[in-house]
Amino acid sequence: MFRDITLGQYFPGNSIVHRLDPRFKIIMTVIFIVTLFIGQSAVSLELGGVFCVMAIVLSRIPWKLILKSLKPIVLILVITSLLNLFFIKDGLPVFEWRFIKITETGINTSVFMVVRIALLIAGTSLLTYTTSPIMLTDAIESLLSPLKAVRFPVHDLAMMMTIALRFVPTLIEETDKIMSAQKARGVDLDGGKIMDRIRSVVPIIIPLFVSAVRRAGELATAMECRCYRGGVGRTKMRSLKFGPADIIALLISIYFLAAVIFVNAKL
Amino acid sequence: MNLIKAEKLSFRYDDESEYVFRDLDLTFRQGEMAAVLGHNGCGKSTFAKHLNAILLPTGGKVYIDGIDTCDESKIYDIRRQVGMVFQNPDNQIVATIVEEDVAFALENLGVPPKEIRERVDEALQAVGMYKYRMHSPHQLSGGQKQRVAIAGIIAMRPKCIVLDEPTAMLDPIGRKKVMNTIKKLNNQFGITIILITHYMEEAAQCGRVIVMDEGKVLLDDEPKEVFSHIELLKQVGLDVPQVTEFIWELKKKGVNIDTHIIDEEECSSILLKLLS
Ligand SMILES: Nc1ncnc2c1ncn2[C@@H]1O[C@H](COP(=O)(O)OP(=O)(O)OP(=O)(O)O)[C@@H](O)[C@H]1O
Ligand SMILES: [Mg+2]
Repeated sequence: MFRDITLGQYFPGNSIVHRLDPRFKIIMTVIFIVTLFIGQSAVSLELGGVFCVMAIVLSRIPWKLILKSLKPIVLILVITSLLNLFFIKDGLPVFEWRFIKITETGINTSVFMVVRIALLIAGTSLLTYTTSPIMLTDAIESLLSPLKAVRFPVHDLAMMMTIALRFVPTLIEETDKIMSAQKARGVDLDGGKIMDRIRSVVPIIIPLFVSAVRRAGELATAMECRCYRGGVGRTKMRSLKFGPADIIALLISIYFLAAVIFVNAKL
Repeated sequence: MNLIKAEKLSFRYDDESEYVFRDLDLTFRQGEMAAVLGHNGCGKSTFAKHLNAILLPTGGKVYIDGIDTCDESKIYDIRRQVGMVFQNPDNQIVATIVEEDVAFALENLGVPPKEIRERVDEALQAVGMYKYRMHSPHQLSGGQKQRVAIAGIIAMRPKCIVLDEPTAMLDPIGRKKVMNTIKKLNNQFGITIILITHYMEEAAQCGRVIVMDEGKVLLDDEPKEVFSHIELLKQVGLDVPQVTEFIWELKKKGVNIDTHIIDEEECSSILLKLLS
């Protein structure tokens, strides 16, 4: 049951979006988020939408997957739109019944908010869909490296992320095993009331925790045996390189940001 | 020439606990392949961890290629010379991609990227895992993971590899592949191998067998000689290879036969001679 979880949600491919330098992709995603948030009007949202759709088409990620990334936030979208719909009281009333009053502004705002959040999620999941976790970690390490000057442990953070990613499948497998083992001992994991269910998590969590601590100890020794001593003096087999395509892509995203700022100024 | 030399080595985990071993003397020559046997808890893993300065002696000295393991300034020279492979392959693979993991030690040592690339490919080819270089570790079998771990060590080009029960968690096929890899490293590249194991059949494939008991070296000889001390081995809770035991039983029954046999083919040819 746990095997279906794919962390990072990476979908390997060879499109132009996949091949972009991950550092540039992260920066572009940040620019995209800023673009969405400073946009005040429908036009600016349309600009953001064009950029997002363009990126999705170029990445050749199926639309179904993009929609799937929106599934977990459907509830948030619904609540947001309802709140905006019912609580914005100014503007032309469209519908009125007792204390309920829906106005044109309310409808506009709620559509605006929903589209904005949907674009935000679709855009950011495109980053994880097209970038392998290891590339993301490398990129984060590289982007944060200026912080080394203020003694921020950039390398350690990246190492922790790598190890966490490395052990997710292992620990998932182990959870499966422990669950089977506990079931074989007669622990009821599925049925029962909510309190029983919560209680039945304990015989899974504790062995899992114990084993994770033991693994961590062994891994630390194995890393020491391979001369690990933190980030000082470390080299990398694969170094990140950017080319003209990356710069062009970045310029395009900056262009969209500038366009939105321009539209805002005109309002 | 002696690559590894332990002199009057004593060790205990803390001041209150008992000594794991006391005044242990043991040397390993460059290029040999030695097995270390002993019952659970007799101190094999503890000894192994002294060979690359993961643990430091309480008393006595360990020298690796003439360097004292207590010399802190040389610690990475020592760890590069003596690689270590552990029992559980899952707990020694660091990266999410096979080739990244093999590169780990070299990255730590600050080797230039181009050279890392070459040495990683070389190491993966040596263990026969080159075509899996882009796989993620959890897609591999236990034996394959263990070979990746070995590749991660040989990429450092060590003089010696210490393997602490590398096959204990593997199925028979994985075990055989790992053993063949280890033997190849010894034969082709002249890497000194110290193999800690509970499988007598594996020990029989080594040139030298060391039996430890209660922190002392009980036997230290060629496998044929060591396994001929069947009764002594049984006393300290160890087995002998099946063929040796079989021959020994025959001898007890009064058959006139040489008990210095550890190899199945040798055994069958002798039996054939005896029967004809
Ligand atoms: N980290 C530790 N702290 C304290 N005592 C330890 C530690 N590790 C091992 N010991 C003790 O040291 C002794 C030797 O243990 P060691 O792991 O070296 O045995 P071993 O020969 O490798 O056994 P096995 O065949 O089970 O792997 C044991 O009595 C053990 O309890
Ligand atoms: Mg041990």
